Amino acid sequence: MSTILDPTNENKPIKRTLAPRHESIVGRLALLDISKPRGSVLIDELECLLAKELPNLTINRYAKPTFAKPAPDTLKEKILSENDFVVEALAD
Amino acid sequence: MTQHSLPNFSLINSSQETVNFPSGQSSLICFVKEDCETCQTIIPIIEALHQSGCNILLIGQTEEGNNNLINEHNLTLPILNDDSLHTSFRFDIEIVPTLFKVDKNAVPTNRLEGFVKAEWQGLVSDLDTNPIVDWAKLPEWRPGCGSLSVQPENVDRIKAEIENNPIRARKIEITDDEFEFMFEQGFTDGFPVIPPTPERVLRMLSGSRRDPQEVIATVAPNMGIATLEKVAINAVMAGCKPEYLPVVVAALEAACTDDFNIHGVMATTMGASPVMVVNGPIAKKIGMNSNLSALGQGNRANATIGRALRLIIRNVGGAVPGQTERPTLGNPMKYTMCFAEREERSPWLPLHVERGFESNDSVVTLFGMTSGPTLIVDQTSTSPTQLARSMAMCLTHVHHPKAYGVTDTLLVICPEHLDTLTRDKSFSKDRLKEEIFNFAPKTIKDLVQDENSGVGISPEKLAAMPESVQNKVLHKFPSPEDIHIVIAGSDAGKFSGAFHGWVTGPMGTISTSKKIEVI
Repeated sequence: MSTILDPTNENKPIKRTLAPRHESIVGRLALLDISKPRGSVLIDELECLLAKELPNLTINRYAKPTFAKPAPDTLKEKILSENDFVVEALAD
Repeated sequence: MTQHSLPNFSLINSSQETVNFPSGQSSLICFVKEDCETCQTIIPIIEALHQSGCNILLIGQTEEGNNNLINEHNLTLPILNDDSLHTSFRFDIEIVPTLFKVDKNAVPTNRLEGFVKAEWQGLVSDLDTNPIVDWAKLPEWRPGCGSLSVQPENVDRIKAEIENNPIRARKIEITDDEFEFMFEQGFTDGFPVIPPTPERVLRMLSGSRRDPQEVIATVAPNMGIATLEKVAINAVMAGCKPEYLPVVVAALEAACTDDFNIHGVMATTMGASPVMVVNGPIAKKIGMNSNLSALGQGNRANATIGRALRLIIRNVGGAVPGQTERPTLGNPMKYTMCFAEREERSPWLPLHVERGFESNDSVVTLFGMTSGPTLIVDQTSTSPTQLARSMAMCLTHVHHPKAYGVTDTLLVICPEHLDTLTRDKSFSKDRLKEEIFNFAPKTIKDLVQDENSGVGISPEKLAAMPESVQNKVLHKFPSPEDIHIVIAGSDAGKFSGAFHGWVTGPMGTISTSKKIEVI
């Protein structure tokens, strides 16, 4: 990861290219809880539904230390190396 | 719980009094923001604590929100204004409300986040005072909200302000190849750029004494604000060294004047671009080239200073080909065109002195040019007059042989041509300008459209003119002052060069000089 400073007048958001979309959900899926209160309730329910619908899917659970700050680089790298998809519960 | 004392602060409250912490007394400190429902829930408890005589400091995160809280809750307790968010940040507040119980040494003995009724009741019951709180009406539990001091859009600013760090630009994190990313974002002129990391930009800022947040120019077409920091970011990308920065700054100031009209220069379908000439001691000091290949490649200062100006106009001003930049063909000068005058080789006044500056001033001059350098190949003229007229003959082709009185030229005289022109002190610079100005004048009648070219006045319009107007004499250039002359190039070779102007004058562009800050 590297950081650069925006050379523009900052009147437009930075455009980022979407990662290639998969046609089917196969492999390893990360469920990321951002640590908002009761976010885990939603993620638990989602995990149950996914396990039922997609029994061959490997589901890994992760949580940010705090909802108020971006995820640490180490966590992002861990999720990236261990998964093919991420579902993130953003907020309450 | 940490046994370290909490940070000091000095804040202004809503009664315009300065409140300092620590004060040597035990106290409660509560951080809130107005648009948090849980904060709204606990405000009556805070007010009751205050009325019961408890020493409590209530800190709000926006001034407007603080005023709203006071009005909505009829507070008698003033709210301390932390709209800079520095105190919230230094107290490491992630959630509001956060309530600290603090002893007289400023050491926290309890810290509560959000609202859990049992915890708050416990804390209040331990106090010496006895506030009137209707606990039954309060909910058992409410989560707090995120503090403004940890929101991503605020964090970089707060950190920079607290650390006295001059960087304010948006930070962009790149997880893949940074060179490819900058191409994708449209940050480049088509060549790779140096990634403007905070470390490189800080080094670049050391090249100027000016405040990094000082506005250098408002850059057309999008009227983007170019602070020194933004200039430095683009200078890094262009490949500049810090010592080049003052030249880039002066060039930008010159470009963004009404006279120079960078909007028109970049937007025109004729494909104009700034040509920069640097005069004075700075040129040698930063290693600019005025000698062999002065207008070509190979010198870092020449190449990157011109490129930096162009990148600022693209990235801050928004002049992007296909958007507001509409050149039919464009030209390679749009990447960069910057060189120094070879002053020491010439008996003539250098460009900047001719334009009113002192000889030891460092000055950058910008010309809005559409093409060039076109070569004047004359290896055989031997007298000054012969060579001057030979040059003038080449210049009759600027824009079109039938285009008269509309544009200017920047003539770059090579040393061997200069030697011929100044042999026995025969020609001054002004004399050369006069010679070129007076070469091959034409009447309006001479410039009528014909079977060889549709350029010129139509036969019908000509016929409607009185004879005296038809015979009016026009010169190739509007005045001798529209023939700009500098000296550059190596000692070998009788090849001068000419840049051709755009629309010259208040309707188009006027060449502009700016003094360069001396470091």
